[in-house]
Amino acid sequence: MYPAAFDYHAPTTVKDALKLLGKLDDAKLLAGGHSLIPMMKLRLAQPKHLIDLGKVKGLGGVKEEKGVIVVGAMTTHWEVESSKVLKAKVPVVSETAAVIGDPAVRNKGTIGGSLAHGDPAADMPATAIALGFEFVCEGPKGKRTVKVDDWFKGLMETALKDTELLTTIRIPVWAAGSGACYMKFPHPASRFAIVGVCAAVTLDKGGVCKKVGVGVTGAGTRAVRAKTVEAALLNKPLDAKTIEAAAQKAADGVDVQADLQGSVEYKSHLCRVFARRALEAAVKRAQG
Amino acid sequence: MATATIERLIGKSIKRREDPRFITGRGTYVDDVKLPGTTHAVFVRSPHAHARIKKIDTTAAAKHPGVVAIFTGKDMTGVNSLPCGWLLPDLKVPPHMPLASDAARYVGDPVAVVIAETEDAALDAADKVKVTWDVLPAVSATDKADARTSAQIHEVAPSNVAFKWQIGDAGAVDTAFRNAARVVKKKIVNQRLVANPMEPRACLARYDAATGDLTLWVTSQNPHVHRLLMAAFVLGIPEQKVRVIAPDVGGAFGSKIFLYNEETICSWATRQIKRPVRWTSTRREAFQTDAHGRDHVTEAEMGFAADGKIVGLRVKTIANMGAYLSTFAPAVPTYLYATLLNGVYTIPAIHAHVTGVFTNTTPVDAYRGAGRPEAAYLLERMIEAGAAALKMDTVEIRRKNFIPKFDNGFQTQVALNYDSGNYAAAFDKLLRMLDYRKARSDQEAARKQGRFLGIGFSTYIEACSIAPSKVVGSLGAQAGLYESGKVRVHPTGGVTVYTGSHSHGQGHETTFSQLVADELGIPMEQIEIVHGDTGAIPFGMGTYGSRSASVGGTALLMSLNKIKEKGKKIAAHLLEASPGDIEYANGQFQVKGFPGKAVPFGQVALTAYVPHKYPEGLEPGLEETSFYDPSNFCFPFGAHACVVEVDRDTGQVKVLRYLAVDDVGNVMNPMIVDGMVHGGIAQGVGQALCEGAVYDEGQLVTGSMMDYALPKADMLPMYETDRTVTPTLVNPLGVKGAGETGTIAATPAVMNAVVDALAPLGIDHIETMPLTAGRVWSIMKSAKR
Ligand SMILES: Cc1cc2nc3c(=O)[nH]c(=O)nc-3n(C[C@H](O)[C@H](O)[C@H](O)COP(=O)(O)OP(=O)(O)OC[C@H]3O[C@@H](n4cnc5c(N)ncnc54)[C@H](O)[C@@H]3O)c2cc1C
Repeated sequence: MYPAAFDYHAPTTVKDALKLLGKLDDAKLLAGGHSLIPMMKLRLAQPKHLIDLGKVKGLGGVKEEKGVIVVGAMTTHWEVESSKVLKAKVPVVSETAAVIGDPAVRNKGTIGGSLAHGDPAADMPATAIALGFEFVCEGPKGKRTVKVDDWFKGLMETALKDTELLTTIRIPVWAAGSGACYMKFPHPASRFAIVGVCAAVTLDKGGVCKKVGVGVTGAGTRAVRAKTVEAALLNKPLDAKTIEAAAQKAADGVDVQADLQGSVEYKSHLCRVFARRALEAAVKRAQG
Repeated sequence: MATATIERLIGKSIKRREDPRFITGRGTYVDDVKLPGTTHAVFVRSPHAHARIKKIDTTAAAKHPGVVAIFTGKDMTGVNSLPCGWLLPDLKVPPHMPLASDAARYVGDPVAVVIAETEDAALDAADKVKVTWDVLPAVSATDKADARTSAQIHEVAPSNVAFKWQIGDAGAVDTAFRNAARVVKKKIVNQRLVANPMEPRACLARYDAATGDLTLWVTSQNPHVHRLLMAAFVLGIPEQKVRVIAPDVGGAFGSKIFLYNEETICSWATRQIKRPVRWTSTRREAFQTDAHGRDHVTEAEMGFAADGKIVGLRVKTIANMGAYLSTFAPAVPTYLYATLLNGVYTIPAIHAHVTGVFTNTTPVDAYRGAGRPEAAYLLERMIEAGAAALKMDTVEIRRKNFIPKFDNGFQTQVALNYDSGNYAAAFDKLLRMLDYRKARSDQEAARKQGRFLGIGFSTYIEACSIAPSKVVGSLGAQAGLYESGKVRVHPTGGVTVYTGSHSHGQGHETTFSQLVADELGIPMEQIEIVHGDTGAIPFGMGTYGSRSASVGGTALLMSLNKIKEKGKKIAAHLLEASPGDIEYANGQFQVKGFPGKAVPFGQVALTAYVPHKYPEGLEPGLEETSFYDPSNFCFPFGAHACVVEVDRDTGQVKVLRYLAVDDVGNVMNPMIVDGMVHGGIAQGVGQALCEGAVYDEGQLVTGSMMDYALPKADMLPMYETDRTVTPTLVNPLGVKGAGETGTIAATPAVMNAVVDALAPLGIDHIETMPLTAGRVWSIMKSAKR
């Protein structure tokens, strides 16, 4: 089905894009279009203007800067999946990108689009929370950096303002002795996450957990940090029992939603199962 | 002249001739047909499950740039209801107008059509059509439709009952149950499915004002049926002024048999505006308006003797018809379902009662298997539930009950007379492939580790090659179900075949060519198969019910035989021999026993058209038409097995192995039959594990590919398939039919395997499909043990 009529704009600089965003009434930024255009085709979204970021310079690329990997917002899921830098430094980010949709989706969809959109069943948010991504936004008043814990606000709602552009994503590289894993239980139809959990841990030589991050996506209206799980792991040796006990708290802060794929009880249970599985795998990796 | 014996093609896996054009994107589907001046139709549909139409205001929409015309039901004067083509005694047939003008009865029910220069103009204008609704209470649940409190959908059908129908001997079942050692009673829900062929429905209608001719390109499995129903019954246009063309059609699974609102409206509209009118369904519209399948709620009771022999079967089914009666809807839960309840077993007493109900949902009609999957599912679930109750092995209980091998006729308790069968043989072969003993010991070992492995079987029968006209006529069909086949030999020896069958994935261009090539001893390259155009082919009934090879192929064979008989007369004249002394072999007419004394096929063809040296009194030309009406259905059967593991953490079912031994009679092209079996199994697994149309207060909540889960390749293991061959005597080709076996057999095999996997929890039955992970987890959680 065709979307409703709209005007198309293709700026080439961030400045021009921001100008258009400020000036035009009812405008939407277009990245990979793999969330926005399906909604427009169903006429659930009917923006009057589309500002295509495809031609804007400086929004792509992956580079390392002092222990942080800087990823341009327009980097496609496929580029994230296959990036040498990301695979070497934060492989879980590439692995997360690799389980998004199918190749067609990954070739068009962008990491910035996914994180700006804030779909409750998207994959990358769990990993963003676990690792501690930072978001660089540019608006009429200049740049600001938002921490991941301040980013996901609600159903399809992020800290991004209507007048802003997400330009870069900053991904911290965790110290040696770290391991991370994203585990997803895909919806049988859409393949979005019914539940997805990313767990990251740093172990000291004695196997004690020195740093931990656990992000949960899919089950609720937004991705959240599993704080009680993290607290139950920090400064503890990560044996199977500790992991199991901690994982039991994985649904604690999640506003779990029931749907055709399962009850609140079931999805809460899945949070726990996948937290355990992701933690077990992360620890194994941390142990080398 | 001596010819080498030509290699026979029937029985060989000849690559599909049609595939190069499909896989290189050069097929011609309805949406590819471009005509100058075409306008585009967009339908205004009801967002409500049930609502009275108070007013339709088209003023704003009509002013939208590019709009050519807007019609509502009130404009379509002189147009009749879409017909129901299968009548049962006391069937309530409510009017089904192409555009509803009194009330809308399901979400998607069309109430107006906007026709514009472009599709987007039509879409924008359709948004501006203002319908004032008086929303009424709605009912969508099958087992609540006839409740006193439920909304009343049609005046003619009190309590929303479309029909009550029964078959079998109720008294005999009562007696049998009184003497039974055990009667097992289960509720069985066969959920609603959406066919989802790859190509959505589409139509393009063109009225030629100069000649008064109407041409309709439409995604149809049976263009002549479409023409007859639409022209004669609904629009009142003489058939000879209507040509229906179903070009390449990208899958159907039954959903393109029926006459729908949209092509009828476009065909009517093109006559009003005198310009071609096109409509192509979106996927969303497909979910809402393509006829759905299945949707039964059943109470079944099966009685057993102490030794495991079935003594009787009692079935009470409520079948959801949806909001209106689709073209063949009443036949599906009656004659295509309950007549199959004898299965492959000796069941001395059977009674089935079926209530068809109206609900505020999309109409339900035939979907791949149509009635037969529901019957097979019921029987296979009941016999395994019986095995559990009697603490018998599922293999043993089947062996006890199989109808013994027969070659020519077995009279069931429910009207049908099976053609030929050897059910135990297929099952034995399957068990060898499975290595049943080892499978059970693997299962034991896994259970000791706390893993849930399950083994499920399904030994099924189906009725296909649909169907003898006299029989179906006596049962309420408003059509005959023969098939036509015309063979035209060209002067240079090339052959064009015109078949009434329609290929929408079945590969007729290949299999029919194989048949012609073998019969005439000419290469396939010399043969063209034409189908799907009422302007070219003789009246034919189309493709569904696994009937093309058996019914369409036989019609074709009859014409080929006529060609050969006539050819013999021409050849005899050329050879100065008597026609009785001529035989046809290896592409030439020869004097019996003297291959050197012969004329090749091409020379006979030429002589038929240049009849200088020609038998006295014989008509020139070489072209024959035949209509074949089978004497009986054919009854393919087989045995499938499935091994699953249930993830105890998540409830996720993983299919570890899937095995199938099918008996479809003689096989014309094993590769094509394998393809049918593979796809069918995938759809059957889909019903068991993930597919299901769900309504919530009349709203279809699984209305897109994001919510409705089709089976995907990663859900399926590599299949292990084989066949037994028990030819039918019904038709001279000995072929039975292979299009639906997979969907019929797979669902119960998977369900039985999951139930078996969960047996350690004390589970012996699951009422509802699909077995989504969440549902399996809840079942495990609430299990007694
Ligand atoms: C069939 C299918 C399957 C999918 N499966 C999955 C899956 O399994 N897992 C998953 O996580 N996702 C999945 N997706 C979603 C996919 O990952 C999208 O690509 C992604 O969510 C959005 O990225 P995009 O670049 O396409 O953004 P767009 O669709 O272009 O934009 C999405 C929204 O974000 C805004 N936006 C985009 N970029 C910026 C920016 N730089 N600054 C500010 N705002 C911006 C847009 O204005 C819009 O509102 C699937 C999508 C499809 C179509």
